[in-house]
Amino acid sequence: MDQHRAALNGAALNRSRLWRLVCLLVPLAFLGLFFAYPVASIIGRGLGERGHLDPSPVLDVVRDSRLRSIAWFTTWQAFVSTVCTFVVAWPLTYVVARSAIPGRRWLRAFVIVPFVMPTVVVAIAFLALLQPDGPLGFLGWERGVAPILLAHVFFNVAVVVRTVGTFWEHLDPRTVDAARVLGASRLRAFVTTTLPLLAPAIAAAASIVFLFTFTSFGVVLLLGGAQRATLEVEIYRQTARLLDLRTAAGLALAQMVAIVVLLAVTARLQERRATTQRLVTATDGVRRPRGSAQWVAVLAAVAGTGVFLGAPLVVLVVRSFSAGGHFTLAHYRALASTGDNGLLFVPAWQAVRNSLVYALEATAIAVVVGGLAAVAIAARPGRASRAVDVFIMLPLGTSAVTVGFGFLIALDRGPLDLRTSVLLVPIAHAIVAIPFVVRAMVPVLRSIDPRLREAARVLGASPARVWREIDLPVVLRAVGVAAGFAAAVSLGEFGATVFIARPDTLTIPVAIYRLLGRPGGANFGQAMALSTLLMAVTALVVLLMEGVRPSRATEF
Amino acid sequence: MKRITVLAIAMAVVVAACGSSHTSSTSKASKDTTVVLMTHDSFAVSKPVLAAFERASGIKVKVLKAGDAGAELNQAILTKDHPLADVMFGVDNTFLGRALDNNIFEPYRAGGIDRVSRAFVLDSQHRVTPVDYGDICLNYDKTWFGHDGRPPAPTSAGDLVNPAYKGLTVVENPASSSPGLGFLLATIATYGDGGWQTYWANLRKNGVLVDDGWDQAYDGDFTVSGGKRPIVVSYASSPPADVVFSSPHRGVPRVGVVYTSCFRQVEFVGVLRGAKHPNAAQRLVDFMISEPFQRDVPLEMYVYPVRRDTPLPPVFTKFGALAPHPAVIAPSEIGKHRDEWIKTWTNTVLH
Repeated sequence: MDQHRAALNGAALNRSRLWRLVCLLVPLAFLGLFFAYPVASIIGRGLGERGHLDPSPVLDVVRDSRLRSIAWFTTWQAFVSTVCTFVVAWPLTYVVARSAIPGRRWLRAFVIVPFVMPTVVVAIAFLALLQPDGPLGFLGWERGVAPILLAHVFFNVAVVVRTVGTFWEHLDPRTVDAARVLGASRLRAFVTTTLPLLAPAIAAAASIVFLFTFTSFGVVLLLGGAQRATLEVEIYRQTARLLDLRTAAGLALAQMVAIVVLLAVTARLQERRATTQRLVTATDGVRRPRGSAQWVAVLAAVAGTGVFLGAPLVVLVVRSFSAGGHFTLAHYRALASTGDNGLLFVPAWQAVRNSLVYALEATAIAVVVGGLAAVAIAARPGRASRAVDVFIMLPLGTSAVTVGFGFLIALDRGPLDLRTSVLLVPIAHAIVAIPFVVRAMVPVLRSIDPRLREAARVLGASPARVWREIDLPVVLRAVGVAAGFAAAVSLGEFGATVFIARPDTLTIPVAIYRLLGRPGGANFGQAMALSTLLMAVTALVVLLMEGVRPSRATEF
Repeated sequence: MKRITVLAIAMAVVVAACGSSHTSSTSKASKDTTVVLMTHDSFAVSKPVLAAFERASGIKVKVLKAGDAGAELNQAILTKDHPLADVMFGVDNTFLGRALDNNIFEPYRAGGIDRVSRAFVLDSQHRVTPVDYGDICLNYDKTWFGHDGRPPAPTSAGDLVNPAYKGLTVVENPASSSPGLGFLLATIATYGDGGWQTYWANLRKNGVLVDDGWDQAYDGDFTVSGGKRPIVVSYASSPPADVVFSSPHRGVPRVGVVYTSCFRQVEFVGVLRGAKHPNAAQRLVDFMISEPFQRDVPLEMYVYPVRRDTPLPPVFTKFGALAPHPAVIAPSEIGKHRDEWIKTWTNTVLH
């Protein structure tokens, strides 16, 4: 009997190995062409500027005291930002995962709105709140590290709430019930049962938040005061301002090495902690708060996070409706008019349309490419999977200017000359979105009990059928959340788009920046109106993405 | 391994096919030559003016916005073997040295260049052609000063280090912003070597706020936009813009200009070496100093036309005065010292 099973497994294994290879090749080829090759070109050019490959710029990051202090600041602010984000996001994560309160889905969609806002717009809103006679002026945080941390938390709360929350809501609550019945305190039950089970999702969210804050650019420039710089800021300055490709290459390499080490550690952690468990449907795990104490706690969590995330957004909305201290719809009317606008070249509504089209295209690419990668990574833990996982995350930790300038010199001739092609926009967005898809899917895929798959195989199902019947239903929910993220990434992306976007391919964030680049209340008002529109569009798109899923997704 | 190569090639072909179908569909739409114009983000032209040129010349213009002026120039330098565009607009006199050193432009003496004031023709070999100019000056909020015990509006950069003006000024970082760099150059021209460092040290003691870019300073921190600082580094053309874009409409600007210690910025266009359509590129350069384009410049980009006798719109003649004696530093001089000046400034003001 055992022998028979082993033989059957062997044949199936061979076929599934082939499947896995196919799953791996697509993402590797995609990222190889559109990420690794351009980045290697620009770094190689920087290091080879003196005729031979010269690694000394990398060592300068350690030797030069100024660069060293930049590297140190980059690291510790990212670490503190990540911790703060978790502290702030935790109550809402719990509510979204476990409390059956009305409007839970809406909460999950709205929490992502800050994530897509252009940094300069958020900076203006934060400054309005933090300036000496503003509502938060008493804090004395107009510029410096505190507003940087505040903004980082503001942008990244969504990453924790959605990545951890989605996983959490599928955990079987009876494990905790059992612990409680056996006499564990609420805290003990959480620490000994829930927390270890959540570890893979926490590691996934933490690594994304860390990477985002580690490579923070606009927030640091705008809120830190002019003397603060992260490695990312310095790479931009060296590349786009000073054209010192040697130093830029050294910094870019140092940044990548740091990120690879960090990611390798978290990938390992994620893998070790992943345990198979019985996942339940989202509706089984949630419970209505009982008693007034629980209601108060839940409402306090929602209200607290709501005020924190909402206040800067409200500032923008209010400004979009006011001119000279009075209520007006003039800014929206100006956006809607198809009149001549020499700066934007196309009417603003076309930017909205472009943004939506790109978001759909980028999401489709990211879900396909990232989905294949996630399946391959989850199928077989091990060194190879970890390496692929790290490689896929790497774009999040690479400076947009490195990739952008790399593109210019690497893909510059023949059929590969895509430098001015409109295709580049969704491709660039997809590269940033793929890690989200992978991070959302892998923990869920790994927690599927392999005995279910084995049983299906024994009963004669092909690998594809096994996947369709066992994995797919479980994973669809995660795909919905990942697709929402991918769309949001695309809607809010600025750093790469501004280098690629042509006048006729203008997106909302790029249009906002262009309007802000001109003096006058009318331009400012229109920028605020467009920001408000971006919030609405994002919430709506994410809501739709997550809403569209076959009913069977809730059957497992 | 073989599989990877095959797949990579297959993908490349698919992508390239999609890419070329995009380009071919646009070129099929019109049989004309398409000339690509690379610009910085603030480039603007009104549609009818550009359309009239396209109709008359049979040349289609594709605009490629490539980030701020610094990023744009560096992209052009990095891609000079396979240029992204035929024509590049937006190099100013602070970056001209780097552009010429890297030899990215083909000399071309534009038709109509004799109608342009000699003062703006900064390259005798005509590798670049001047298009517009403007003054980077201190701006102030006219409604803020001179009442409730506040000092009168400033009349020179020197006023800003006076204790009465403590904490009132916001400037941009010259390392990242061109108005920021312009104002630094103005102080270097005004106070001379040794003097400008002292001036900035005093300005720092007097609580100057340094922002990264113009948008943040003007839209965020300037009192006219709801901020807390009534003095900001911006352009001499801010008052006309303040009227045109006022909301609700205002007939007079709230913004005033300090006409001393200004820096004059000149922006250029040039035909890129290796342009695919050099002849069409030259026509486009001619067009940019022709009367229709030059007339369009003030209300689209809020700068002044270089072509003599170009009529200005009323809002410019009324509110858009220029500095009588702007600071002048030769582009070669700026090119030679720029990095060192910025470094010294950074050490003086930020560290």
